[in-house]
Amino acid sequence: MRIELMVNGDPVSRLVEGSESLLDLLRNDLGLVGTKWGCLTGDCGACTVLVNSEPVVSCLKACAQLDGSTVTTIEGLTPTHGLSDLQQAFVDHFATQCGFCTPGMIMAAEALVNSGVPADEAAIREGLSGNLCRCTGYNKIVDAVMSVIEQRNA
Amino acid sequence: MTATETRVVGKRLPKLDAPDKVSGRIQYADDLDIPGMLTGAILRSPHAHARIVSIDVSKAEALPGVKAVIHAGNVQQRPFGYGHDNLPLKDRKVRCVGDEVAAVAAIDEATAKRALGLIDVVYEVLPAVVDPLEALEDGAPLIHDERLDIDGNVSMRWDFETGDVDKAAEEAAVIVEGTYSSPLAAPGAIETHVVIASFDRSGHLTVWSPVHMVFMYRKELADTLGLDWGNITIKQPPVGGSFGGKIDIDTHDFICVLLAEAAQRPVKLAMSREEEFIGTRTRQPIHFKLRTGADADGNILFRDTHVISDNGAYNAWGSHAMLVAMNTVTSLYRVPNSRMRCAVVYTNKSYGGSVRGFGNPQSTFAVEQQLEEIADALGRDPMELRIQNANQAGDVTPQGLKITTCGLTQCLESVKEASGWNERRGKMKDRYRGLGAAAFIHVGGGARIYGSDGCGAMIKMDDSGQISLISGSSELGQGSETALAMIVAEEVGVPMSKVRVIHSDTDVKPWDVGVHASRTTFVAGNAARLAAGRARDKLLAAAAEVLGKDDLVIEDGVISSRSEPERAMPYDKAIRRLLLREEGNVIMSTAFYDPPTENQDKGYIGNISATYGFGAHVAEVEVDPGTGQVKLLNLWTAHDVGRAINPSAVEGQIEGGAVMGIGLALTEELPVRVEVGELMAPNLHDYGLPTMVDAPRIHVDLIETNDPLGPFGAKGIGEGGLIPVPAAVANAVADAVGIRPRQFPLRPWKVLDWIQTGETSNVVKGAGRG
Repeated sequence: MRIELMVNGDPVSRLVEGSESLLDLLRNDLGLVGTKWGCLTGDCGACTVLVNSEPVVSCLKACAQLDGSTVTTIEGLTPTHGLSDLQQAFVDHFATQCGFCTPGMIMAAEALVNSGVPADEAAIREGLSGNLCRCTGYNKIVDAVMSVIEQRNA
Repeated sequence: MTATETRVVGKRLPKLDAPDKVSGRIQYADDLDIPGMLTGAILRSPHAHARIVSIDVSKAEALPGVKAVIHAGNVQQRPFGYGHDNLPLKDRKVRCVGDEVAAVAAIDEATAKRALGLIDVVYEVLPAVVDPLEALEDGAPLIHDERLDIDGNVSMRWDFETGDVDKAAEEAAVIVEGTYSSPLAAPGAIETHVVIASFDRSGHLTVWSPVHMVFMYRKELADTLGLDWGNITIKQPPVGGSFGGKIDIDTHDFICVLLAEAAQRPVKLAMSREEEFIGTRTRQPIHFKLRTGADADGNILFRDTHVISDNGAYNAWGSHAMLVAMNTVTSLYRVPNSRMRCAVVYTNKSYGGSVRGFGNPQSTFAVEQQLEEIADALGRDPMELRIQNANQAGDVTPQGLKITTCGLTQCLESVKEASGWNERRGKMKDRYRGLGAAAFIHVGGGARIYGSDGCGAMIKMDDSGQISLISGSSELGQGSETALAMIVAEEVGVPMSKVRVIHSDTDVKPWDVGVHASRTTFVAGNAARLAAGRARDKLLAAAAEVLGKDDLVIEDGVISSRSEPERAMPYDKAIRRLLLREEGNVIMSTAFYDPPTENQDKGYIGNISATYGFGAHVAEVEVDPGTGQVKLLNLWTAHDVGRAINPSAVEGQIEGGAVMGIGLALTEELPVRVEVGELMAPNLHDYGLPTMVDAPRIHVDLIETNDPLGPFGAKGIGEGGLIPVPAAVANAVADAVGIRPRQFPLRPWKVLDWIQTGETSNVVKGAGRG
């Protein structure tokens, strides 16, 4: 079937097969390799992107469901110059080590912060528990997200 | 020792690679694309033990889009691994589920997978053995019947003895005994293994692989495939997590090169998550039968242990984990007598590699539980017993480990204070809560396991003032690149922004044994510092000609005279003054640092590392007595880090290690279906990697002992955060509900079983003294 959607503000029109995932479209067709994959079963969260502002594991999202959708990936979140507040907070708080989970983690965190989550450690941990990180032990990711919630609320 | 005054070292600077990581711009191996590249796929054995009767690839070869089909019958390969017990593509037998039997390269993934389905392999299934104790029995299936140099399924033995254990046992007032086991576990990096191989038309091979013992990788590739190792370039894309999983060569690396050779096209081979669990290296189960004895005053007299290491089907690095496990048995605390008898046993399952901690979490789980069991038997506080027996600077342990600096006592005092140990341990049983401690010793100044434990470094200063460090080491995400840049900036006397680090191409970088054993900051850092100092001296000599003074110093990039500070010039001007003239020169320097350590003798005695890291953790748990569920409420950690080059990075290592340790302690394992030897659930949903809600906030205290041999005093800290966690959690559960955990992970049904059966300490001598 043919789908038409917006990816990072650009129009995309494609004929897609039933089995093609959003992850396939992003990485293999559009060359948006900032979105990573770690399992293809929705367990690690590395492929998280925003579909209509909601966090979605793109490995499990069929393209056929996306007609008329708006998709934002890590490339779309990154401003033309510099970094977003959340990206900068990840840099400043040492919240990235190997960096492989980071794009998915930041997309999930962006959705979480936008959802109006309170500046509460337990709420942040709960909200990001679908995204695995094997390097950091999570302290510094929580600190980065907390700082952005506080900044945006200030 | 007191710390050197520094301007860059010791600061919390962001990682150099962080901006590109948070914006998704960093390209990992699977993000790379080469024109004409094919997709590879591996056909794996469904059987744990079987004879390969025949392989027919004709239908796969005939499928349009297939460019190469390889198997043992049509490639050149030699055995690899310790004891040369493994082949990239198995020829006669398969010895575990997942063993590589054939492989294809095709124009896309769908075609490659279809081709795998067209390969006919006829197996004659053989009896399999997945339990190492059964593998030791007479009449057990012989897994490596071709190896005439070994006894049954015992791949190797590690025996160590110092002092007189039997006499010490006679003299001991109290002895505890028990068997402590650990599971088959996985490194669990979020990025799976991905490799790309390409031959150019002159026959030169380039491999892109996120490996981190890269020079050994190149040699093993050449040795196994009969290639000229001087005609191979390895490029290291950024590593999406390793934890030892990507340390050295995996079977699929050879296969990718064989496919590229057969197809004469670039080939990418990416492991699926299932293959990552089944087909790459694991943390092998180890079973410690341990006895510890102490005198009536609580001085440890001896440790005596029989160890069975469940090696899996082949010898990879995991077969050598006993080297590190041994350090803890002989040298954590002052132990005058110790004995270790270890058999590394082949079984028909996934085989052990070098996963973070490398035998030490398993060893510490046994040793540190018995420390508390001894204390309980003597009626002593275990923290006090630890402090009483703690290693001290200046000690040489009976294994020959030279303890130069040692913050163990400070670490113990730190976590005791932070956790409210004296007020709370043993006093929360009514709420099923408990505190447990564990300490560790681990190599912190390299680990001499090879002819050299060295690392090369080169410095180049160019006309712009840019200073490039070309280091033999590799960045895994741990932040070594940033730490090395800080060391160079500090040593030369320039801002961090002037330093770049190049470390990912064997054509460019000097030799290094590789990233392992928590050694990079110490060994590569010392190499970088030496090279930087030499370059700085050349820079100052060039400036001396211009300024007419020889008492020059450089700070923040400005060279000036100590006696006449107004005589000054920017450092980059000095570089250009030397360069842009007749008979000019550029500033370059090299260094190779090999730590002053010893190859251990045949009895495993020798100072394997130039310094040792120490640390202590206290865990607080709450146990649900109805379900056996263990909730980790708090983890306090204190680590002797020598000196923190970048405290944020050091904390990141400890926090990340600690959460890996929490996974090991509570959830992570790969259960094997015993009858058929296959993993029950090779997926991330079931594996039990800790999520953000499984891990509490980790409390970290950095203890700085300023090691005299470390770069600016630093010690290695890459693994320590993980090592004591399973032991500390087990001790906390013992405090909470009065049982003695004998294996990790502490899954609820096991804890419940121990509660119901009353699994407690086995005091074989001196019971009731407390």
